[in-house]
Amino acid sequence: MTDLSLAIRNFETDYADARKSARRVQAVSTLLFLGAVLFSAYVGGFFAFTDVTLPSGERVSMLKIWAGLPRLGEYLEKTIPTLRFATLGSDLAEWFWRWETWLRLLWETILIAYAATVLGVFGGFLLSFLAARNLSPGRPVSVVVRRYLEIIRTVPEMVWALIFVFCFGVGPLAGVLAIGLHATGSLGKLYSEANENIDMRPLDGIKASGGNWFQQMRYGAVPQVIPNVISYTLLRFEINVRSSSIIGYVGAGGLGQEIRTAMSLQEYTDLSALFVIILFSMTVIDFLSERLRHRIIGISEHWT
Amino acid sequence: MLELYSLKKSFGQVNAVDDVTVTIEAGQMVGIIGRSGAGKSTLLRLVNRLIEPTNGSILFNGRDITKLWGRDLRLWRASCAMIFQQFNLVERMDVLTNVLIGRVAHQGPLSTVARRFREEERALAVQALDRLDLLSQALQKAGTLSGGQQQRVAIAKALVQRPEIMLADEPIASLDPANATRVMDALRKINREDGITVLVNLHTLDTARTYCDRIIAMRAGRIVFEGLPAELTRERLQAIYGIDGSDFELDESVTSTAIAPLTTSQSRQKTMA
Repeated sequence: MTDLSLAIRNFETDYADARKSARRVQAVSTLLFLGAVLFSAYVGGFFAFTDVTLPSGERVSMLKIWAGLPRLGEYLEKTIPTLRFATLGSDLAEWFWRWETWLRLLWETILIAYAATVLGVFGGFLLSFLAARNLSPGRPVSVVVRRYLEIIRTVPEMVWALIFVFCFGVGPLAGVLAIGLHATGSLGKLYSEANENIDMRPLDGIKASGGNWFQQMRYGAVPQVIPNVISYTLLRFEINVRSSSIIGYVGAGGLGQEIRTAMSLQEYTDLSALFVIILFSMTVIDFLSERLRHRIIGISEHWT
Repeated sequence: MLELYSLKKSFGQVNAVDDVTVTIEAGQMVGIIGRSGAGKSTLLRLVNRLIEPTNGSILFNGRDITKLWGRDLRLWRASCAMIFQQFNLVERMDVLTNVLIGRVAHQGPLSTVARRFREEERALAVQALDRLDLLSQALQKAGTLSGGQQQRVAIAKALVQRPEIMLADEPIASLDPANATRVMDALRKINREDGITVLVNLHTLDTARTYCDRIIAMRAGRIVFEGLPAELTRERLQAIYGIDGSDFELDESVTSTAIAPLTTSQSRQKTMA
């Protein structure tokens, strides 16, 4: 009994020590984290001052962020359309006066996203097997493919779009290629991470039966990653719709070109109309895609 | 006839298989026993060429297996079917497709994409499933089956490879006694009826005694015994399993997974008759 209680006492001392050092580590890391936040805020100009003229004519120095906030409200106020209850119909018609063009461009936006997603799925899926460390037929192959995927997803879609508009001219083709290339990079990365988490034993079984690399992928890896692939693809489609609604800003098709026109012509209510259209369609697409994702994951239990 | 000549496999400093020379006659059922880490699995994987030997050679009917490459290598793997302790099935695919995977070595790339197998191959798979009493589960997903059923699916897959040798790596180590018996019975039946050479790693002595014509014992990568089950005396077992310098008594019934280990001699007589 005395032995036991001695062991327990020793344990309690050790435990208290362990707790103490854990608390110390926690305190130090919290301080470091706070310091880093303050430092980056400082570099980012959060604490910069600016001179402001008050309504009384007096000039004072003021925190930039504090001085700028009212201007945000000013901008948003300008975008609010005049809607009166008595003439709601005609007011709405005036707000969405270009609805025919906008609807056509919304349709184009969704098609751009769709075509780009298909491109991205094809490229990303094929490359993901070469990129995955556990599946790649050789280390040099996986390194090269990984770097390629990194490069094409690191360059922003807007930059790709600018390049493709230069190559193929203004229009949706440039947008599809730009978003498709970026999606290939992102999906390739996500798919390859799914590949890296699979159980390798089935692949061993196929190899032992005389299967080549391709057959090991087809029968061993693909059935294991299909649910992930579907889920990532639908998520990517949602992201691509967001991208394609802005990509027209540089002339690559879709609603973005209208946003640019509205901004440069200072048609503020057009901006809010476009925002409403995009927000509404995104909500619908997100909702449908989520439903579809859950449905397909259920069904895909029977796919291989 | 399978011949191994001074076969060696090193992983860094460790020789997992060290200078193994042994001949396996065609049509025999040979058990390989030994402690964990003795090199039994490595030996089987070397024969199937899942891993490359550091040294030595493997001959099958006079043909040097160690030099095979590409399509020839894949056909060799198909002709010496491997059965794993963890079954290594594709759990998300149905049982029939898992069995048909035994035909991949003969399948073209387009058929692979479409997952299409020839009618004769499907007939072969259905036959094999029927033989292992699994036909009613053919369209179920492999992952929904019990361990014993999955191992029998793996044996059916091995059968449709039309192999000349079957390599079984601890096939019953993760099974309960009843399923272990079914699996071992199936392996012996295939060995007797089809004349397929069976090389099986076992860690239960009585199973090896009951089912195998010959027994090879390994220790630290080397073969320390080769002969008939009856020749495995207490002293020899001590040398195979014993911890150096300690008083060690091996009780076969403790490690047994068979349902009735005491009847081993009877059942053995029955099968020999």
